[in-house]
Amino acid sequence: MSALLTYFRPDTRTASGALLAPARWQPLEILFWLFAVSLFWLAPSKVLLLNEIAILALFALSLDLILGYAGIVSLGHGAFFGLGAYVAGLLGKHGLHDPVAGLLISGGVAALLGFVTSFLVLRGSDLTKLMVTLGVALILRELANKFSTITGGADGLTGVTMGPVLGLFEFDIFGKTAYAYSLAVLFILFYIARRLVNSPYGLLLRAIKGNSLRAGAMGVPTSLRLVIIYTIAAGYAGIAGALLAQTSQFVSLDVLDFHRSADVLLVLVLGGSGQLWGAVVGAIAFKIMYDFLAAITPQYWQFWVGLVLVLIVLLGKGGILGFYGAGRDWLANRLGKGGVR
Amino acid sequence: MKRRHLLIAAAAGLGLLTSAGAYAQQTVKIGLILPMTGPFASTGRQIEGLTKLYMAQNGNMVAGKKVELIVKDDTGVADVTKRIAQELVVNEKVSVLAGFGLTPLALATAPIATQAKVPMIVMAAATSIITEQSPYIVRTGFTLPQVTAPLAEWAPKNGIKKVVTLVTDYGPGHDAEKAFKEGFTKGGGQVLAELRVPLQNPEFAPFLQRAKDARPDALFVFVPSGAGSAVMKQFAERDLAKDGIRLIATGDVLDDDILNGMGDVALGVVSSHHYSAAHNSPENKALVEAFKKSNNMRPNFHGVGGWDGMHLIYQALKKTNGDADGTKLLDAMKGQSWTSPRGPVMIDPETRDIVQNVFIRKVEKVNGELFNVEFATVEKVKDPVKAAKK
Repeated sequence: MSALLTYFRPDTRTASGALLAPARWQPLEILFWLFAVSLFWLAPSKVLLLNEIAILALFALSLDLILGYAGIVSLGHGAFFGLGAYVAGLLGKHGLHDPVAGLLISGGVAALLGFVTSFLVLRGSDLTKLMVTLGVALILRELANKFSTITGGADGLTGVTMGPVLGLFEFDIFGKTAYAYSLAVLFILFYIARRLVNSPYGLLLRAIKGNSLRAGAMGVPTSLRLVIIYTIAAGYAGIAGALLAQTSQFVSLDVLDFHRSADVLLVLVLGGSGQLWGAVVGAIAFKIMYDFLAAITPQYWQFWVGLVLVLIVLLGKGGILGFYGAGRDWLANRLGKGGVR
Repeated sequence: MKRRHLLIAAAAGLGLLTSAGAYAQQTVKIGLILPMTGPFASTGRQIEGLTKLYMAQNGNMVAGKKVELIVKDDTGVADVTKRIAQELVVNEKVSVLAGFGLTPLALATAPIATQAKVPMIVMAAATSIITEQSPYIVRTGFTLPQVTAPLAEWAPKNGIKKVVTLVTDYGPGHDAEKAFKEGFTKGGGQVLAELRVPLQNPEFAPFLQRAKDARPDALFVFVPSGAGSAVMKQFAERDLAKDGIRLIATGDVLDDDILNGMGDVALGVVSSHHYSAAHNSPENKALVEAFKKSNNMRPNFHGVGGWDGMHLIYQALKKTNGDADGTKLLDAMKGQSWTSPRGPVMIDPETRDIVQNVFIRKVEKVNGELFNVEFATVEKVKDPVKAAKK
């Protein structure tokens, strides 16, 4: 029992303990994943929406890697999402029907684009980065529009067919396979990201975010570190896009639209950036709010969405997770315990 | 980390989402998926308004069944349309899917209709190929080649020999461009240039300048519903009329929804389409009046597609005696004919596309408001693309 306790709560007074603490899985995290799986049986009618949430969470996770941990602001993260979607769609249309292989290839292609463009993005200030990322996304969108013989242009790419996942599970109209597939991919990539940000490399990224000049003076090869994380994040976004293309078996120009990049930024702000879970919580809150409000008032729901977003950003620092942290601290003070770790 | 406990709250929120799938056999549900927000919201508002008006006028009981309309906003994004359609079929068990404001939205949803064996009524999207994507698709709107071909025939007979075409760069635009060129060159005309503007955030000025430089007799324009005002404004600002260039268009450009706001620059513009709010028939007069009273708007061509879509569903239900089985409903829809506010229409049993009269109209002032006044009729036009394939 005490061994279990020291696993979850390492002694934070020692350096190794303090570094290990955030890397340990908390009971609540494990509970979350179990709950996500249990929704198959608890909410079978909502798996289609859950599938979209999982995809959006993965996309937001990818943005969190560069924005929350490395401090690279981006308004064009949708470029990698869209590229992944188109690669996966085209593979599905032209013969490669295996979803997992398609996913890996799409992620790889998006990562390659991330690697190439990272050198452009890492020049200049935050404002320059915003513009360059935006520009890359716009260029990609226009290319997809112009090469309509390949991409289907503004009509979208039809005729995408997907084989069963791992040769076993066919995609069904209820979206069960789709959700299981997306959730599994999200879990694996979340696990990897979690390992990554808690590794020494992840700590270096945070040092660079804190003060890149000083990190450089300490001997950290800042550019190289940032190139690596940008490439990884691009691959993540590509896989998220590929998931969307494979589970909806359709790709339209919309995947490269500006609103994708803007939405994912909103999700991260809503959930709280720089803590991985912010991406997941943000995606859940964002999609549920959209779905709920749009069902009540199909015409004016965007007004309410806007209002809620403004309120959350104004009232809470660090999004929903920030709210949660503040509430917890307040409660702890009231109970006179001092902060509970 | 301490903040993670919040996840419980988020997770509990998810649990609340589980919806009750209770559904009575005596209800026939219709899932109406429309762009209610975003750049194509006017299409959604029109169709929603007129389908609801139809139900208000005709009651919600058909052949002993209660008809229930479920309206959903897809914001004009294809994967959302598809997901909503899937949810409506799986969770709400709708008997009919309807709406579909843009071609990609209809194309994305087509496999759902086939898989679920549910009739899918396309009320607005107008690319010819849509009905070929699923045997369950029925169209009550129009196709672009259908309304373009009559204008292409009319133009060379009325002193227009050289034309520049300007269309929006997506399915319906390509359809319009092709149909116009075919008909126009057959009639002895010559197309000097074919210009395409992007669907999102179009900027017409440079294209109109190029059209002006080519010195045609007329400029043929297709843009989707809503974008017409910008074209008219630029056409006037660039002074194309002064160079003797006429403007001819499909009726989408002179959409009744926005026509009156365009001002006098629109006067005299000739277009071809299947519906005008000025159509002279008792059915149409009643509709225009009722819609003005209920929504304070003029019905436009998309709205009429919605109106007729509802009528078709009602007719089919009557024919099956209230049996809402998808395949039976579909069969009952094929070959239906009725007098719509736009004139006599029929669902072609082979192509499931609508057969209707197409009118050549000219913008005139009637009682101080701008209207497309019809002056020539081409009767019973089928979609020429599918007719040519046979």
